[in-house]
Amino acid sequence: MGTLVLAAEEFTPPGAGLFNFPPIFGDVTKPMVLAVLSLIIVVAVFTLGTRRMAIVPGKGQFLLESFYDIPRNTMARDQIGSEDFKRFIPLILGLFSFILVNNLFAIVPVIQFPTMSRIGFPLALAIFVYVFYHYAGFKKHGFAGYIKHAALPPGVPVFIAPLIIIIELLQKFLFQPLSLALRVFAAMFAGHLIIALAAVGAEFLLFAGGALTIPAPLVFVAGIGFTFLEALVQVIQAYVFALLAAVYIGAAISEDH
Amino acid sequence: MELILAAEEPLPIIPLPAELILGVVAFAILLFVLWKFAVPRFEKLYEERTDAIEGGLKRAQETQEQADRLKKEYEDQLAGLRAEAARIRDDARAEGQQIKAELREEAEQEAARIKARGEEQVTAARDAAQRALRGEVGGLSVQLAERLLREQLADDSRRSATIDSFLGELDQQGVAQRTGAN
Repeated sequence: MGTLVLAAEEFTPPGAGLFNFPPIFGDVTKPMVLAVLSLIIVVAVFTLGTRRMAIVPGKGQFLLESFYDIPRNTMARDQIGSEDFKRFIPLILGLFSFILVNNLFAIVPVIQFPTMSRIGFPLALAIFVYVFYHYAGFKKHGFAGYIKHAALPPGVPVFIAPLIIIIELLQKFLFQPLSLALRVFAAMFAGHLIIALAAVGAEFLLFAGGALTIPAPLVFVAGIGFTFLEALVQVIQAYVFALLAAVYIGAAISEDH
Repeated sequence: MELILAAEEPLPIIPLPAELILGVVAFAILLFVLWKFAVPRFEKLYEERTDAIEGGLKRAQETQEQADRLKKEYEDQLAGLRAEAARIRDDARAEGQQIKAELREEAEQEAARIKARGEEQVTAARDAAQRALRGEVGGLSVQLAERLLREQLADDSRRSATIDSFLGELDQQGVAQRTGAN
């Protein structure tokens, strides 16, 4: 409300403050409630939806199976290999579904906030990926074996090997998991900001009076367009996060590399 | 005012410990549920489905094999029946020929018997004729002798004429008799 009063005289675009919420009760904020809500949704879908499964699937089961097959087949199986992928299905499926639901919250009316724009949440998921893929690597190759496997790709000339080792280790143990979290965070942060900007901007122009009222519908339409674009980005980001997790695991336990 | 607010707010790139912890806990719960319930259910279903499809294929193959076996059995039976029919036909033909041969033989025997009987009758008739002739020739010779004795005195020339006429009569009689016998 304070912004609206200000906006009547001078437009202040929404900034980082948009992502800070007052606690609802105790220390619990809106993003935390959304995270729990998304957990409930995903758990409910995958426990209630799989209670009675038939060999010949009904419509609902078919949809659920189609969704399940994305992380199972196109991510885990294709990236990790048909021998080892089954034990990683829960992780990949969990990442994909959890991030997808949280991202889609951004365009669900009333909720309208992407949980992953709070860096803590994608970072928590990246920590899981980090633990999973390095654990899998150590288990597969042994400690020294895995360090060597991760640090030095085969066929590297000796004179640049030291440089490659440093880059590879930084990559595997720092940049990859960090970029995983930052990618979805930044996309959700920016997307939410853009939609908010369009909404606030359209409102400002509408009430500014005079000639400024004329472009207001244009900005409003642009906001709707951005909403559709964001829907696409939200799905892609969930897909990319889970897919990259599978790629990292696949690389960690691969034989050839 | 905005500047002061921004300064008070934490940077969005710095994670709030509460959110980080909640994120870890929430995702741990989710992972557990998926690992314990959802994924095993899906994987079990997929295995059952594979089994069902492979089982169906196996059953179909078994049925096919059974059908092939039955077909072979029927074909064998049919071949046997054909052979039997051919044998029966051959038997019948052979039997027919035998019957024909027997009948012909019988007929020939019958013909031979009839011929033999005819010949016997002819012989009997000839014998009877000869017997009759023999008796008659005696009588006729006596008659001729009587007539010769009676006319001996009259004329030598008439005598020879008388013999000629007598012999002519005999001839005529013999021809008539032979014709009648035949």
